[in-house]
Amino acid sequence: MSKLRIKKHNHALNRSFAGDLSINGVLLVFGVFMFFPMYYTIVQALKPLNELWMFPPRLYVVNPTAKNFTDLFSLMSTSWVPFSRYIFNTVFISACGTFGNVMLSSFAAYSLAKIKFPGRKVLFNIIVYSLMFNTTVAGITNFITMSALKMVDTYLAIIIPAMGSSLGLYLMKQFMETSVPDSVLESARLDGASEWNILWTLVMPMVKPAWLTLIIFSFQGLWNQGASVYVFSEELKTFPYAISQIVTGGIARAGASAASTVVMMVVPILVFVVSQSNVIETMSSSGMKD
Amino acid sequence: MANSKTAEAKRRLLPHEMSKAQYTWHEMKKNKVAYLLLAPFYIIFTMFTILPVILSLVISLTNFNMLEFPDFVFMDNYIRLFLDDDIFLIAVKNTLIFAAITGPVSYLLSLLFAWFINELSPKMRALVTLIFYAPSISGNVYLIWTTLFSGDQYGLVNAFLIETGFISTPIQFFTNTSYIMPLVIVVALWTSLGTSFLSFIAGFQVVDRSLYEAGAMDGIKNRWQELWSITLPSMKPQMMFGAVMAITSSFGFGAIITALVGFPSPEYCAHTIMHHLDDYGGQRFEMGYASAIATVLFFMMIGSNMVIKKLLSKVGQ
Repeated sequence: MSKLRIKKHNHALNRSFAGDLSINGVLLVFGVFMFFPMYYTIVQALKPLNELWMFPPRLYVVNPTAKNFTDLFSLMSTSWVPFSRYIFNTVFISACGTFGNVMLSSFAAYSLAKIKFPGRKVLFNIIVYSLMFNTTVAGITNFITMSALKMVDTYLAIIIPAMGSSLGLYLMKQFMETSVPDSVLESARLDGASEWNILWTLVMPMVKPAWLTLIIFSFQGLWNQGASVYVFSEELKTFPYAISQIVTGGIARAGASAASTVVMMVVPILVFVVSQSNVIETMSSSGMKD
Repeated sequence: MANSKTAEAKRRLLPHEMSKAQYTWHEMKKNKVAYLLLAPFYIIFTMFTILPVILSLVISLTNFNMLEFPDFVFMDNYIRLFLDDDIFLIAVKNTLIFAAITGPVSYLLSLLFAWFINELSPKMRALVTLIFYAPSISGNVYLIWTTLFSGDQYGLVNAFLIETGFISTPIQFFTNTSYIMPLVIVVALWTSLGTSFLSFIAGFQVVDRSLYEAGAMDGIKNRWQELWSITLPSMKPQMMFGAVMAITSSFGFGAIITALVGFPSPEYCAHTIMHHLDDYGGQRFEMGYASAIATVLFFMMIGSNMVIKKLLSKVGQ
């Protein structure tokens, strides 16, 4: 056992069997704790009404049904605004916000990481400090800014602030700094390539894990975006908002509520599964120096 | 292109003769494109992150209500907050308890699990990472906890306790003030293995392997010693980043609490500064007062980050 591990890991020194056992034990216990609520959500979503309200509640489903999902969609069709509109809104907001955030962060990250200009330290430190507070504390005065810019009650009220989110810029800058060698850029500059060309043809392909990660983080945030205080028109509201309105309907909707949660969680989880290795690669350079 | 070259040549004659300001200006002109690339991001960032912080500092000194022109009231809002507003003091207490527990615990759990997961084979590693990370990205999946701990006999926990004979009537978990705080803390922790957790997972994978071999030669006997004297010191940057993320999110769990116990929570037992801010800023439109709340919260977050950064920089010294 331990010999095998030496081959696989290259560093299976100092590993006792008892230690391996207890590590696996701890992971198993907490893994069950982490996974059980997710599992139970899915089970609830598949339960027919009589199984949802039986005592004692079952941890598994006997007659799985898709009725909760069809209920969810028929409840949706009774809404005042066509339900496809909510879905369109969320997809549109997620797509535009993510695209904008990735683009603007890439430009700024390249500049901060690879061009030596006066002020780069200060500008980057501001980003680091901004990670230290939750942006909701800044939210209350945003209404003033947004009404001045005539952004209230438009898609832009959600999309534009999302483009300026600093975590993405931070991760991207750190990754570019560690994974793009300066010598490559120097020789391209000597060949007369413009910074713009260097960014697009040299740097962006090299930092693919970083922008994939950024797409995921940005997308997750926007996909889960519920009601915004800056948007009042029903036809501009998002899918999570509409779903939350449906599921506050009490007993009869307990199944539909679980079904809606499943619908909402499937997308971000799938996106993460597909790109996990890229995310981990990006996060390896996320470190902060003091 | 040609233009900037001649300009550069002209100036190259006297580089050491330039004053500091002149040199900076020269460098700025040379790197015009850098500022062009920065501009779009920083304009938006300034408008929606920097400006609001400054603006709310200023507005917190006024009695702005969005309708009339604000009057300058100086420290009145802060005096009212700390001397007259009992609910705010409850909110401060709850926020501090909440942050002091969820912040460090989620940080340590992230680190511990990331370390354990790193000991697994690569395939298992990917699977277990997903299981631990999933709750933090799954939207409102934390609502399932209201079903698990629901106050009737259909709640799993109540059903289990009744079946096994511990209790005869269901416990009202989400209305009984002595259960609410512990419960929301557990749920918050459940959703808290997020960005910092991933950063640690990655950090463990990039530690230089040869250090471990060298360590073994130097007489490191078990994985605890290895963790303490080799792994952690070389992941210090990730640990710093993880701490910042953990602190920031530990102050921002308001939405989860509202979803679980409603707003306002029974007897304000889970009322945090975030809720107080929302109450005055989003519902009563007392913007001056709300800005004062926001400013207090802002300095609490920045302050605790500074303290933790100081502490962490001592690790391994």
